[in-house]
Amino acid sequence: MSNAPELPLWEVFIRGQHGLSHRHVGSLHAADAEAALKNARDVYTRRNEGVSIWVVEAAQITASAPGDKGPLFEPANSKVYRHPTFFDIPDEIGSM
Amino acid sequence: MYAQMVKSTGHGVKPLDEMDPQERAFQERIDAGDKIEPKDWMPDGYRKNLIRQIGQHAHSEIVGQLPEGNWITRAPTLERKAILLAKVQDEAGHGLYLYCAAETLGVSRDELTRMLLDGKMKYSSIFNYPTLTWADMGAVGWLVDGAAIMNQVPLQRTSYGPYARAMVRICKEESFHQRQGFDIMMKMANGTDAQKKMAQDALNRFWFPSLMMFGPSDKDSVHSAQSMAWRIKMNTNDELRQKFVDQTVPQAEYLGLTVPDPDLRWNDETGQYDFSEPNWDEFFDVISGNGPCNTERLNTRKQAWDDGAWVRDGMLAHAAKRKSQGIAAQ
Ligand SMILES: [Fe+2]
Ligand SMILES: [Fe+2]
Repeated sequence: MSNAPELPLWEVFIRGQHGLSHRHVGSLHAADAEAALKNARDVYTRRNEGVSIWVVEAAQITASAPGDKGPLFEPANSKVYRHPTFFDIPDEIGSM
Repeated sequence: MYAQMVKSTGHGVKPLDEMDPQERAFQERIDAGDKIEPKDWMPDGYRKNLIRQIGQHAHSEIVGQLPEGNWITRAPTLERKAILLAKVQDEAGHGLYLYCAAETLGVSRDELTRMLLDGKMKYSSIFNYPTLTWADMGAVGWLVDGAAIMNQVPLQRTSYGPYARAMVRICKEESFHQRQGFDIMMKMANGTDAQKKMAQDALNRFWFPSLMMFGPSDKDSVHSAQSMAWRIKMNTNDELRQKFVDQTVPQAEYLGLTVPDPDLRWNDETGQYDFSEPNWDEFFDVISGNGPCNTERLNTRKQAWDDGAWVRDGMLAHAAKRKSQGIAAQ
């Protein structure tokens, strides 16, 4: 077996057919961006799953840590007034 | 199944009140149906077990290309050839989805490949049987992919997020595999006497190896109990095997073929089929390296890896050169 360095890891994002945003579908290995795009086409769009592909080198992604879940997301829990259902609107007003 | 003999670490399932708080919180998340994601804390055993299970599953998809790849150049029509090629290409994709799920647990792709090639990781016993005639392409799609589906559908609900998502993608593609196999079987079973004979012969050879795909009975296995508590195994091997038999026997009858088991019969009381166990000595022999094709399969994978080395090296060198020249790959 050769001991060559491993081909870098890329994360793949695909825009589906229906005017949606790009969505993460998985990852793959490729030497460069060009090869990553070609591989992504073969691995993730064999059945018309997409109209556009983004590839991003995995090392370039900064992710929040699971431990930061509290400080990041809990403050939103107490701000229920940000949801329309917080306000009672009389039936006579109709839809609002 | 595709992960037939994955032994979990530990000795049976620890009750919640014996777990330390972290482990207990983890188990409670799983019990509540929560998904575990790559960066979440997880017990060592959970991580190790999943790497082995997903890795073995991935290797099975990759090695599983070989018995069918054997017939691509000899498919009877251009249409059958295109279909078989697409099916085999899907299996390569399945391997890749699964490797990328395994990699999120901290093992590298090349490490997994090395363990396969060194014989330290296994793949499903079924792929160590030869594909001797075109009818085998029918039997493999119908029975082998059929058995795989039986195992993979429940795994879409497994506790590890990346594994579950890989399973969802795979399951979407598997149904084509089984149907194209059954379609071949229908053609052969309704063909000339010689073709019908080939179809029966393929069923004769693949029936018991397909039943072995679910692994030995694990009713009393502590390993299996731990995996089920972690929700990385969703059903017992026997449950799935029974389900497979109940589903497949009527299909064989439809084809006018005979399942090669003299003791197979419908049991009115249980509402399912009684059937003979496969020969488990044969199973253990095949899984430990002595099946008809083990050496050939592994050598083929080794050669593919070695022959591809100059391509990987060349692509890396090209990427490095462009980077040093400041050319963005566009
Ligand atoms: Fe597959
Ligand atoms: Fe398949």
